[in-house]
Order: sequence, then structure tokens, then C-alpha cells
Amino acid sequence: MNTANLVSPPVKPSFLDKVKTNLFGNLLDASVSIIGIILLAWLVYNIVDWMFVSSIWSAEDEPLCREAGGACWSVIDARHRIIFFGLFPYEEHWRSTLACVVMIATIVASCFPWFWSGLKLSVLWISGFGTFYILMHGGIFGLSVITPERWGGLALTIFIFAAVSIIGMPLSVVLALGRRSKLPVIARMFGLFIDFFRSLPLLTILFTAAVITPFVLPGWLLGDKLYRVIAGFAIFFACYQAENIRAGLQAIPAGQDEAGLTLGLKYWHRVNRIQLPQAFRNSLPAIVNQFVITFKETSIVTIVGFFEILASGAAAYGTGKWTVHYIEVYVFIGLIYFMFVFSLSRYGAYLEKKLRVGHG
Amino acid sequence: MLKLFRNRKFREALFQAAVVSGAAVLIIAMIVNARATLDAQGMTSGYGFLQRTTGWDFSFSVLPYTISDTYSRTILIGILNTLLLGFLGIFFATIIGTIIGLVRTSKNYVFSFIGTVYVETFRNVPLILQALFWYSIVSNLPKPRAALSLGDTVFLTGRGLYFPGINIYGLAVAIIAILFIAWMVMLPTFKRMMDKSSSYHQFKLAGWIVLGLAALVIAYASRIPDTPLVNMPALKGLNFKGGIRVTPELGALVIAISLYGGAYIGEVVRAGLMSVPRGQIEAGFVNGLSNYHIFSRIRFPLAIRAVLPSLTNQYVQLMKATTIGLVVGFSDFFMIISTSITQSGQTMELLSILMGGFLCINLSIAFVMNTINRKIAIKGQDSRS
Repeated sequence: MNTANLVSPPVKPSFLDKVKTNLFGNLLDASVSIIGIILLAWLVYNIVDWMFVSSIWSAEDEPLCREAGGACWSVIDARHRIIFFGLFPYEEHWRSTLACVVMIATIVASCFPWFWSGLKLSVLWISGFGTFYILMHGGIFGLSVITPERWGGLALTIFIFAAVSIIGMPLSVVLALGRRSKLPVIARMFGLFIDFFRSLPLLTILFTAAVITPFVLPGWLLGDKLYRVIAGFAIFFACYQAENIRAGLQAIPAGQDEAGLTLGLKYWHRVNRIQLPQAFRNSLPAIVNQFVITFKETSIVTIVGFFEILASGAAAYGTGKWTVHYIEVYVFIGLIYFMFVFSLSRYGAYLEKKLRVGHG
Repeated sequence: MLKLFRNRKFREALFQAAVVSGAAVLIIAMIVNARATLDAQGMTSGYGFLQRTTGWDFSFSVLPYTISDTYSRTILIGILNTLLLGFLGIFFATIIGTIIGLVRTSKNYVFSFIGTVYVETFRNVPLILQALFWYSIVSNLPKPRAALSLGDTVFLTGRGLYFPGINIYGLAVAIIAILFIAWMVMLPTFKRMMDKSSSYHQFKLAGWIVLGLAALVIAYASRIPDTPLVNMPALKGLNFKGGIRVTPELGALVIAISLYGGAYIGEVVRAGLMSVPRGQIEAGFVNGLSNYHIFSRIRFPLAIRAVLPSLTNQYVQLMKATTIGLVVGFSDFFMIISTSITQSGQTMELLSILMGGFLCINLSIAFVMNTINRKIAIKGQDSRS
């Protein structure tokens, strides 16, 4: 056999080759890439310099900050307890920390598919949330009572997020099913309810819950302002989440429900065993995305007068020599939010990819 | 009777009636309770208070105002402030978003990486935190005496951004605007009337020049008497006088909303650009179009059509997001309403105005965007796809 005519199979280009052709394939590409690389290097250099190299880390070194020219993390060193715990009593900070850890563990646990059934999720969240509440509020197991007015900082942010999720999720299922009801009046009513809340900014709803509800609700129904705001927030959340679930419900082929009907399944069985599992699967990325948005939106409660992480951050730099270090505090809080929101949204993107592969 | 209950239709009707009357009872109970509470506090309900004067001050207004203005005028100013903030935010967010969308879809690794970093940074931090951050930076800029200036015409200080304005009446602005809009509306008709495209292009150019000159003449002739046409900001005493001032509140909010909205719109634009079928672009290559023409004649027009519905959504979201203006003390619609509530106590009435106002604004945006969507939709696309 004449080997001269045989062509070797095309070699898969190595990563380095790919980069080379991508960035420096021709003159225009090369010059554009170089501009981009310079820009990126400049950004990275300045940020690293500001954050790590020229920065001051300990509270005692605060006087050196002016000359250093970098970030003055002294303010975080000195005031981080206010940012994390707000007005929570100093000696009980361990409770707040532990509560946050429990709640974060609950959130992380519910990201694993093993927990994805109605029963397991309910047990997980009710026990996680219950532990959180007991740790924060106290009153049993020899823990001193700390009323919600004194909760603050990161713990309050997490509490609002968890409470909104735990109330909002079941409510959103009810709203979505109501809107999809075969009974026309019910479907209209739920539709109107959902669209009304979706057309309003969250802030107006929180404001209404905090300031206006005392007028319309009888005294015995009025809880603490915090619980009213959470209730309003949960309704708002549920209206958005209901639309995501409804989209998932609509994507189910009609044959699925009809198959259930022919087998003589009752409505609740069809909903529980056929519709909802598939609806959640269909719209899981959108549902996770709504949680991401909700976590960011918890910051809005600061406007109606709660001492969550944003307000406690403002308090952290609000006094004495710390007033000039507002940038460090905001960057620090921004990083905390970023950690939560970024990991949640990456998880959502991962789910989206995984589910898409499953469907082919 | 029992037979009636076995009837499925009847049961369903009964159930629905029960739910509706339950909801009605709930709402009526709330109204009755609200009435009772308000009566107990000696409040009169109704919209009569709108004619009363407010007697309180606020930070920013697009119209001249005094503290003896009526509630209705103050609320109108609030709505205009919100619209101004919303439109500025949406305008810059769209520009930033388009650039970011392009950068993120760029084939160049470095640029798509920069785009990704931008989107992840600004999207994953709450808007309200960003607003506070920019506000603290903007309001800590140098004092007016040490203003950063750009050729002595534009000044940046901790009290705001000053740039030259024009001393003309609102009526003249309106006339000029109407002229320009009429010209742009008529352009397609002119294009159809002239079959040769070269003569049309000459005509268009001439039209723009004539219109520009006319605008200048109108502006100059109708300027406020005894003032120069251009009103330059100048340092007088401790602060700048003259020109147009962008307050730190408005400036910080516009920056925050544009950067935050830009990240979201960037993702929308990216999705649109990616949705253009490869075949369309390859067809352009085959026909020998340049990269620029493939972009401007094929990719961009198709992408725009794909993104308009989600863009509408983003615009509505950004408009709603302007309510966080309260946190830096910008007197937007929401802030004016909440101050009015604490000052006048007319809770229910003011709340209904607030909700009605937002409903109107958002429905108008949706209406305009849907109209554009229908106008630019490719005819007969439904039948093809």
C-alpha cells in the first residue's frame, strides 16, 4: 500500500493554538486583543493594589490609611459585628452566627436533588427555619428572649429571605393552580390578583404592608411590623413565582393529564403526581432565578425602616473617624451579597444546562 | 335538592359563587374597618385635599415650585421626576446594554471575558446598594471652589454636575421638537415618492441642514429677553449659578440604574444576537457582504426583533426600580406620595394615586413597545417559522 496518499487525521487544535488563532489571528484581531488585555491588566492591577497591596487591615492601624492609598479595611475589622449582627446583644452573637449557618446549610442542602420531593423539602425547611427562629428569638432551652426589633444585619437579611421563601413557595403553587383552574371565575380572580401585584413596585407593597395595613386590618390581626412586611413580600414573591410555575405547567403535554384522567385519578392526585413534578422540572431555572432576585430585593426593606445588612452597614461607617471609609463598607457588603447571589445564580445556570442535556 | 348537588355544573357554580362572595366580604370588611379607623382619627376621606397647599419642601423638581404649591401639583412634579429618572436610566442602560451585548458575543476571548465580568459584577449586587455607593461617591466630590472642570464649561462638584443650558422658553422647545418629529415621520413617505435613492439621500441631507438652521433661528429669536442664548454656569460665592444642574441624587441614581440595567439589557441583547440563525449570516458571507454590513443589515435588525418583548419587560422593571430613589432622597413619585401620606394622612387616596400612576406608566411603556414591535415585525414571519 502506498502510504504517501494517506492523510493523517486532522489534529484537534490545542488550547494554546486556539487562543493564538482567536486572539492574534490577523492584524485587526491582534490589535483589538492587545487593547483588551491592557485594559484588563490595568483593571486587575488597580483592584488588587487597592484591595490587597496598599490596604490596611487592622483597626489599630486606621491612622495609616490616609498615606497608604489603598482600602482601609480597619473599618471592617472594627465594625464588622454591627454589619453582621446589628443591634443583637453582644454576648448572644454566637446565636445569630449559628442561626445563619443553619439557614445557609438548609439553603445549600435544598440544592441537592436528593431533597427534591415535597415532603423532604418541607421537613428540611421547617426544621431549618424553626432552628433559626429558636436561636434568634430564644425563650426556650434557657435562651434569653430577643425580640425581632433587635435583630439586624446579615441575620435579618437571611431571616427575611427564608421567611419569604417558606411562605411564598406554597402560596405560589396555589396561585398558579388557581390561575389554571377550569372554573372561569376562579381563574379570572387569581389572574387579576397576580397581575395586580406584578404591576406594582415591591417598595410600594412593602410600604403598604408597613404603614397602611394598620388601617384596613382589625387590631387582633396585626402582627409585628416585620411580619406584615414579610407577608407583603411573600405575596409579591408568590405572584412572580406563580407565573414561573404556570409556565412550567403549560409546557406539559395535555396527554399527561389526560392519561391521569383515564386512569381515574382525582384532581389532587393528578396535580401532585403528574402536573407539579413536571412543572417544577420544566421551570426550575426560572424558579431559582426568582430566588436570586428575591435575595437581592431583601435589601429594599431597609427603606421601610429595618436594620438589615445595608442599614447596619450605613451605621457601621456612620460615626466618628469611620465616616470617610464608606467605600470599604459598601464594597464589603457588596461582596457578601455577591457571594450569595453569584453562587445561587451559577447553580441556576448549572441546572439549566443539566436539564437541557436531559431533554436532548 | 340532593339531586341538584350531584350535578357537577351546579356544584362548580356554587363553589365559585362562594369564593367570590368570600373575597367580596373580605374587601368590604377591610373598607369598613379603614373607614372606622379614619373616622376615629377625625380624617375626612375624598380627594379634596389635592387642592390644599403642601407647605413642605423637597429636593428636586423639573418644574419651578414653591412650598405653597398644591398637593396635585406636587404629585405631578413627583411623576415628572420619576419619568425623567426612568427615561434617563433606560436611555443610558440601553446604550450600555447594547455595547455589553456586543462585547459578550464577540469572538475575541478577552472582550467576551470583560463583558462577562461586567454583567456578573453589576447584576449580582442589589441596585439599592449600588445607588448608595454611587451617591456616597458623587456627594463626596470636591467642593464647588475646587470643582473639576472640563474646559470651564462643564463643572463636576459634590453639589452636582453643571453644564451650559439654553435660555429659551418651553414653547420654543416644543415647536422645534414638533418640527423634528414631523420631519422624521415624513421621511419614509418622501423616500417612497422619490424612486432614485441618490436624490433621496441628497434631499435628506439638505432637509437636516435646513431644519438645524431653522431650529437655531427659532431658539435665538425666542430666547428669554436680555439674556445670552447660552447660559454658562459660573462660580458665584460658594456655589455655581446658571447653566443646568444635575443634582447628586439624580446623578447617582442615573449612574446606578444605567449600570445595573445595562447588565440586564446586555444579557437580553446577547440572547437576541445569538438567536440570529447561522444560515442568515452565512448567506451574507456568500453574497460577499463585509463584516460591517452583515452586522448592520442582517444580525442587528434580526436581533432587535427578537429582543423587543424582553426589552419591554426590562424597561418596565427599570421604571419600577426608580422607586429606590427614596433611599438617597430623590423626590420621585413614590417619595412625594409617602411624604404626602405622613403630612396629610390621606392614606387611601394617595395610595390609589400611587398605584394608578404606576399602572399608567407601565402600561404606556408596554403599549409603545408593543406598537414598535408590531411595526417592525417581519411580515409573514409566523407563516414561515
